[in-house]
Amino acid sequence: MSVPAAYYLSLSALLFTLGAAGVLVRRSALIVFMSVELMLNAVNLTLVTFARLRGAVDGQVLVFFVLVVAAAEVVVGLAIIVDVFRSRETVDIDDADLLRG
Amino acid sequence: MTAAVVLIPLLPLAGWAVLGAWGGRWPARVVGTVACATVIAAFGAAVAVLRGLAAMPPESRLVTVDVYRWIAAGPVVIPFRLLADPLSAAMALVVAGVGALIHVYSAGYMAGDRGFARYFAYLNLFMAAMLLLVLAGNLAVMFIGWEGVGLCSYLLIAFWFERPAAARAGVKAFIVTRLGDVGFLLGIFAVFGVFGTLDFTTITREAAQRLALGAAVPTAIALLLFLGAVGKSAQLPLYVWLPDAMEGPTPVSALIHAATMVTAGVYMIVRLHAVYLRAPLALDVVAVTGAVTAIFAAAAALVESDLKRVLAYSTISQLGYMFLAVGVAAWSAGMFHLTTHAFFKALLFLAAGAVMHALGGETDMRRMGGGLGRRLPRTAAAFAIGALALAGVPPLAGFFSKEQILGETFASGHAALWAVGLLTAGVTAFYITRAHVLTFGPAAAPRGDAGAVPHDPPGIMLWPTAALAALTVAGGAIGTLEIQGPLGRWLRPVVDAGVAQPVPGTASASAAAMGTAYWLPLAAGLAVSVAGLILGWLVYARGTVRGAAPALGTLLARRFYVEAFYDAAVVSPVRTIAAWSAVFDRRVIDRAVTGVADGLGRGGAALRRLQSGYLRHYAAFVLVGAILILAYWIWRP
Amino acid sequence: MDVVLFGITAICALAGGAGVILSRRPVHSVLGLLVVLLSLAVDYLLLDAQFIAAAQVIIYAGAIVVLFVFIIMLLAAHSGEHAGIGAFTGPAAVPVVVAMCVLLAAGLLALVTRPVPAPSGGGAGSGPVPPEFGTIQDVGRALFGRYLLPFEAASLILLVGMIGAVALGRRLGRETTRT
Repeated sequence: MSVPAAYYLSLSALLFTLGAAGVLVRRSALIVFMSVELMLNAVNLTLVTFARLRGAVDGQVLVFFVLVVAAAEVVVGLAIIVDVFRSRETVDIDDADLLRG
Repeated sequence: MTAAVVLIPLLPLAGWAVLGAWGGRWPARVVGTVACATVIAAFGAAVAVLRGLAAMPPESRLVTVDVYRWIAAGPVVIPFRLLADPLSAAMALVVAGVGALIHVYSAGYMAGDRGFARYFAYLNLFMAAMLLLVLAGNLAVMFIGWEGVGLCSYLLIAFWFERPAAARAGVKAFIVTRLGDVGFLLGIFAVFGVFGTLDFTTITREAAQRLALGAAVPTAIALLLFLGAVGKSAQLPLYVWLPDAMEGPTPVSALIHAATMVTAGVYMIVRLHAVYLRAPLALDVVAVTGAVTAIFAAAAALVESDLKRVLAYSTISQLGYMFLAVGVAAWSAGMFHLTTHAFFKALLFLAAGAVMHALGGETDMRRMGGGLGRRLPRTAAAFAIGALALAGVPPLAGFFSKEQILGETFASGHAALWAVGLLTAGVTAFYITRAHVLTFGPAAAPRGDAGAVPHDPPGIMLWPTAALAALTVAGGAIGTLEIQGPLGRWLRPVVDAGVAQPVPGTASASAAAMGTAYWLPLAAGLAVSVAGLILGWLVYARGTVRGAAPALGTLLARRFYVEAFYDAAVVSPVRTIAAWSAVFDRRVIDRAVTGVADGLGRGGAALRRLQSGYLRHYAAFVLVGAILILAYWIWRP
Repeated sequence: MDVVLFGITAICALAGGAGVILSRRPVHSVLGLLVVLLSLAVDYLLLDAQFIAAAQVIIYAGAIVVLFVFIIMLLAAHSGEHAGIGAFTGPAAVPVVVAMCVLLAAGLLALVTRPVPAPSGGGAGSGPVPPEFGTIQDVGRALFGRYLLPFEAASLILLVGMIGAVALGRRLGRETTRT
């Protein structure tokens, strides 16, 4: 690898942080979801980097599974979002506070 | 013989069981018959036992019956043993005999009462317990009987339990005697510790070798057991329950609180005389207690206006005489007085009961109207016989037993105690005369309610009264003036057992030293009794002396403030402590408990605020956790 | 040369990520996401993960992003955020959130910039890898060999997702046709 692993990993870290910030800061459910996808991708990058580092393809296999699960998750998640927020004006997730104690 | 011994307590016990189970459904006639039958049969069995013992040579008159092997735990072996010897046979006769008469009387007195069957069930149970106490072969069985009579006393005092005064009196009796019972129980433990057994014959046999004369151990044992007697026999200072116990039906007062239960203490001391002889100090305590109680109670009886309470205090006083007797080791004198007292005190109570029966329950002598003596001639006569016996007028039984006691006290050198006894005799004669005059005499204020014309009671109540009167008259022959009279000789084998050598200062030592010294106390006693009688008649029948020192009157009326002392020293502090405990319990303990619950609740409420319902809050929490884990990995890889 | 390529993808990815979380309109966020995905695909290629790169483009960029776009279209009128009381109110909210993100970034960066230890089990390290590394055959062999069970489980997850989508979709369909 001509590019040091640390570079890739730092990029992954920053992307992850950006995703986390998005989850915390944004109130639109769709944006939050996308931020989650961002975090997943950051992790994927980490996994691929380490697979390359170790010369073992297992990391890539894991990324494959992450992809699969992310796909399924997005499908169901978006369906739920549509269902929940259909009757409202916005997709503000702060409106979904019925689980309060 | 064995069967007869067992039957004595067993028959009334069966009576209790039967009456308790089915008595409520039977007509009164059947209930009364059954109840009286069991006790009469028990009396018959007692007679059989007596004759059986009489047929044996004097030295071996001792029959033990092990009813069953009760406690056998290693070295601790306590069988359920009954003991028939001259002492227990004589006492059983008295208890069963007087008990039978009172049962018959009760059938008339309690006629029409809603709790008729319950009354007789309890009364039978009492008889069973008392006879068990008397026939006990060891301290454990005696204790069962002891507690049993205490229970029945409570049940019967508070028989009309809807009356608050009666309920209170029952509780008071039970609790006060319980205090004494603590001492009794401790004494039993001590006896077991020293002797390794509770068996009476063994204790009597071995007392001299196991107990050093005048040592702390026998003195402690004797005093502890005496404490039980003080409670049960209503001596100073645990007498306060007996006057209140008059709330119960009059036959109950006659049987339990005059003739039988209250004498259990005296009986117990005579039974364990071998132990007491090894503790002269304890004997002195017993004698002094008896004497002081006697004069104190006699003084109290002087100012009572309730007829039954007069008789109650009289009982306390006469019990004091009995303890005085055993305190100077005049065992058979004490038993003699126990017997004669049973006769004439029960007679007095039954006569009082007849008066109450005639007046619809009135006991206040100031309100007994005029001329009861004319209307209830037989009752008045019966009461008079009892009164004369109590005062110690010959040839009635009371004279003989009282003179024996006073004589023995004098002969054993206890001059001060003799003087107190003498004074008490005078006061006794005085107060009983007063009682008779106030009740039956012509004067006094007219009765409040104009009820039915008072009349003598029906036959069923009259015949037992007459029987007791006859016994009172003739009973002197049982003991006569001699310590070696019939009763004394009968009890000889028992009271001489376990006596290593005559102990100085006691009757057994001075029995030989009779002589002219004997006639002095005799004459003095007689003179004092007669003087008291005359004085009483003068004051109350003739109204000669009026207005005695009012201060003395208050002192007497307040019973020397004994009850007030109890209230201040015992009852109030206990109540205060109880109140504090209640407050403590509420404020501190409850608060601690609810405080924990509250704290948990508040903690829960605080934690609940974390469940805001906002997804972003939850995400933030996850992030915080992730950061913490990250920090951990960074610093400690 | 590779470093330059990486630098470009890094910048694009970060810009895209910022776009995702900062855009006012959801459509712009989706575009940002797309940029990130494609940049990462290039990175995968740089890391000899050809199959993964392809899968990333096909699945993520091709399916998931499309799905997002559809939903944005569906909720066109609802895509905004409204004012009012929300989760993070008060003056403390912003600094706390910022602090958390800074801490997270710092922690992660500290973690990843450590010297990477020599890989165990005779890995390649930073050296070259065999030419078939990361190819579809390579990954396939692993998927159908060692990771067969997770592979089957993943297909089960997809099935469940499909069922869920159908179930939720049916309700949605029924609602709309009724009105």
